[in-house]
Amino acid sequence: MPSITREEVAHLARLARIELSDAELDHLAPQLDQIITLVGQVSQVAADDIPPTSHALPLTNVMREDENVPCLTPEQALSGAPAAEAQRFRVPRILEED
Amino acid sequence: MSDLTRKTAVELSELMVSKQASSVEVTQAHLDRIGAVDGSVKAFLHVDTEGALAQAAAVDAKRAAGEKLGPLAGVPLALKDVLTQEGVPTTAGSKILEGWKPPYDSTVVKRLKAAGIVILGKTNMDEFAMGSSTENSAYGTTHNPWDLARIPGGSGGGSSAAISAYEAPLAIGTDTGGSIRQPGAFTGTVGVKPTYGGTSRYGLIALASSLDTPGPCARTTLDAALLHEVIAGWDPLDSTSINQDVPPVVAAARNGDVSGLRIGVVKELGGEGYQPGVEARFHEAVELLTKLGAEVVEVSCPHFQYALPAYYLILPSEASSNLAKFDAMRYGLRVGDDGTNSAEKVTSLSREAGFGDEVKRRIILGTHALSSGYYDAYYGQAQKVRTLIAQDFTKAYEQVDVLVSPATPTTAFAIGDRIDDPIAMYKNDLCTIPSNLAGNAAASFPCGLADEDGLPVGFHVMAPVMRDDLLYTVGAALESALAEQWGGVLMTKAPELEVTR
Amino acid sequence: MTADVVAIDDALAQYDPVMGLEVHVELNTKSKMFCGCPTEFGAPPNTQTCPVCLGLPGALPVVNRRGVESAIKIGLALNCEIAEWCRFARKNYFYPDMPKNFQTSQYDEPIAFNGWTEVVVDGETYRIEIERAHMEEDTGKSTHVGGATGRIQGASHSLVDYNRAGIPLIEIVTKTIEVPPAKAAAVARAFVSQLRDLLLALDVSDVRMDQGSLRCDANVSLKPSGATALGTRTETKNVNSFRSVERAITYEITRQAAVLNAGGKILQETRHWHEDTGITTSGREKSDADDYRYFPEPDLVPVAPSREWVEELRATLPEAPSLRRVRLQTDWGFTDLEMRDVINSGALESIVLTIDLGVAAAAAKKWWLGELARFANESGTDLDALPVGPAEVAEVQKLVDAGTLNDKLARQVFEGLLAGEGTPAEVIEKRGLALVSDDGPLLEAIDRAIAANPGVVEKVNSGKPAAAGALIGAVMKDMRGQADAAKVRELLNAKLGI
Ligand SMILES: [Zn+2]
Repeated sequence: MPSITREEVAHLARLARIELSDAELDHLAPQLDQIITLVGQVSQVAADDIPPTSHALPLTNVMREDENVPCLTPEQALSGAPAAEAQRFRVPRILEED
Repeated sequence: MSDLTRKTAVELSELMVSKQASSVEVTQAHLDRIGAVDGSVKAFLHVDTEGALAQAAAVDAKRAAGEKLGPLAGVPLALKDVLTQEGVPTTAGSKILEGWKPPYDSTVVKRLKAAGIVILGKTNMDEFAMGSSTENSAYGTTHNPWDLARIPGGSGGGSSAAISAYEAPLAIGTDTGGSIRQPGAFTGTVGVKPTYGGTSRYGLIALASSLDTPGPCARTTLDAALLHEVIAGWDPLDSTSINQDVPPVVAAARNGDVSGLRIGVVKELGGEGYQPGVEARFHEAVELLTKLGAEVVEVSCPHFQYALPAYYLILPSEASSNLAKFDAMRYGLRVGDDGTNSAEKVTSLSREAGFGDEVKRRIILGTHALSSGYYDAYYGQAQKVRTLIAQDFTKAYEQVDVLVSPATPTTAFAIGDRIDDPIAMYKNDLCTIPSNLAGNAAASFPCGLADEDGLPVGFHVMAPVMRDDLLYTVGAALESALAEQWGGVLMTKAPELEVTR
Repeated sequence: MTADVVAIDDALAQYDPVMGLEVHVELNTKSKMFCGCPTEFGAPPNTQTCPVCLGLPGALPVVNRRGVESAIKIGLALNCEIAEWCRFARKNYFYPDMPKNFQTSQYDEPIAFNGWTEVVVDGETYRIEIERAHMEEDTGKSTHVGGATGRIQGASHSLVDYNRAGIPLIEIVTKTIEVPPAKAAAVARAFVSQLRDLLLALDVSDVRMDQGSLRCDANVSLKPSGATALGTRTETKNVNSFRSVERAITYEITRQAAVLNAGGKILQETRHWHEDTGITTSGREKSDADDYRYFPEPDLVPVAPSREWVEELRATLPEAPSLRRVRLQTDWGFTDLEMRDVINSGALESIVLTIDLGVAAAAAKKWWLGELARFANESGTDLDALPVGPAEVAEVQKLVDAGTLNDKLARQVFEGLLAGEGTPAEVIEKRGLALVSDDGPLLEAIDRAIAANPGVVEKVNSGKPAAAGALIGAVMKDMRGQADAAKVRELLNAKLGI
């Protein structure tokens, strides 16, 4: 019984917006199965009463004052855009064609 | 004058201060070296000849005008392609960012520029720093200058290979699970991962936000410390940056006195799976430190065995979210925009075309780990394992000042060896990962060549949070004792590269 | 396709509506939630962006202190508990107007939670429980090109402006609102309207609904009258005015009732409110909408507001609306009914300001309710948008108090003001509205009245002084109303010797 099926991998790829080919799915699914078995070991650690860690030092309340700093120019902002129009980022239709 | 590219940063600085060489000359010498050997090493993705010479000329002008300059002013450096530099192509080793020129400087780059350090160009890396060999770069593999048939380590293989090939005396890397230390070990150079939050991540293209740490690469401990001092320190643009003084790393590198220092050998990081030549050099180095006056004991860190699984949950989870921004809307590669396809379709096609296998693997793994129903079992549980690993360190530091281990279980492996065996690849980082999870400082220093293959071995030192100076104390002690044995640093044993152009 | 609806009374006779509201408030901070870009409305596209709010590779967020402060103030004003420690979380989903393809928001650790507020509708007080108020960031704005009237449907492509991306939002979520079915929509409207007043009083938002700085999503479900099991709910988005809160909820009740009556099922879905047509339509089903893969934002550190800070902020809060209403009613000496009329008219704040300018409470109420609110209502304009404010009302009333105007003339002054004829002085001048205070012309008019009404004079002289009232009327008519009636009476009485 694999820890993750090919169908699940296909669903995750859709969720992550990666149009995987069938060949890639065939290749990836068993690899992911192996990796998930490896990482699943964390569940063997009894850690119910252990707090989570996300930083070497427990920092809190890092904030900036409500002040303005210079922005990018619109030219800079749009400099990497694959397409631009009317000083805006041009993107493909958001809804599928009917 | 002898070859400028063989000099350390400190020596180059002395030459420039005493006006025996200009920064333009030093920079040109390194650009020439890149031209001569990078065809076979392939450390650089982009060489900014014009920009580098202009920066060098500016430093020379300032020096001529009598301006006060920092200790590394005019020294050239190779920058890992994961840090933004305004107007200079930045790809993170990925096709999805091919041709992207960031409109802003990362904090590390701002500090390098302010220190007068000359940025030669951008170095190769595993795509989005996901890998341990640079084989995952979309732009080809970097070759290890010690043996061109071998990988230089990764993800920062380009930076370490560049200094190992004398293309630059200094380089910047980033370390998420060992990406500075492991290539340092594989190329016989020094690689330091500062305390998480000790160096700014602003402008570092994020892999795993809670692990990524920029740090210095160099051929000597003192060079690394000087570079460390330039880039470290609090940055208001990075909320996770630590607002404290930079530990006295340069003083520690100059001093290098380990007498009375308590060193703990981590029991769990050795034995089965470790190459004999690696273990032999490691234990000799430990003995050497004992002779220099250090007190060595064995310590146990029982939760380190869970570091690898925890890491391969946290990293992919954060990465899957960090890499969502590459959607073909605002920058980067766009595929399939034919006027019919929807934005969603174009995003999916672009990500399919723009990301390599390992990136896809990890994004899907992370998407899975964060999915509803799995969060608690995976990401949540992995964050708790981090706490257990940090507690292992804390308990160990009650007994000792620093912990040591081999930097990697093996020496550099052959190109292609592990490319389609992700788990074998992941095991490269067994020794380095715990420090990323706990956030403490760690470094790899060269400690000799393995008998089996004559390739460099790295000595791994782990110091408490914000005690980065202790790394340099140990590194400097080891370096000078070994240099005495060898008649120079390990790099002097590297084979001469054939000049290809 | 337009769903069939049933009459609202029929719907409410069969079903009990269950509602919940989610209100998004754009804060009025100078800079965005996580970067220093300005937040001006209407700036040219993509002129207020930086690496952070454009989601450029490498950029990192830093929390705006005033954003947190505003969130705490809102939480306190809604009687919430303020978290001692909370985190931001990433809400992951792809959308072109969201630069990072995750929204930095809060998930299971909101900064404020477990609150309540009260609203008054038709004299009845209703308590609304607040589930939470949390901090998050706004998205960019898309313009859809190539389709009909800028709609996303049928567009060939879209253009995105990221000026709005990263502007701080507070999302306020109510618990289920359970009130008598017939009051549901009105209570929802009153809640949003009162929330606006509260946010203005707190000075945390400009609350310009026309600019989208307060946006409402309404969750509605129906259950058969008296039943306990909840029905399937829909979430109606884009409800962006007080009036549409009431209309959209009423519409959803009537639509769902029609579906249920026809034996259909309510789909759990997002629906969009259309202000112009007054209906809701189904949004597209999104396959990944239910899996946002929330996790704590690793680029930010926890927010742990000290209790000192919270108490400092509490001390700056204005009086709670319900307590204030009671105080004002007592101060002004209004009956419950009068106070209800004042609140329903939406003129409470204007009346307060007018009274502050020295006008008696009764007079302030008279002008605001009798003239201005009535005019706003009839002409379909917002009270705030009228060219007459508290200053003008006070000026007119001062002239009344001085005897320069009477109420009838004052009404004409307001008419002129509302017609845009200038300041009160200019209207009086142009329309010639001041009272005649000179005795000469009044005495002449009295003489004319006496001469013209010998019968009335006879009655007065025969011991019926009350008959003199008719003469006053005649004089006032002669003076075309521009005389002070009391003065006329005084002069007439003297003339007639009574
Ligand atoms: Zn910004």
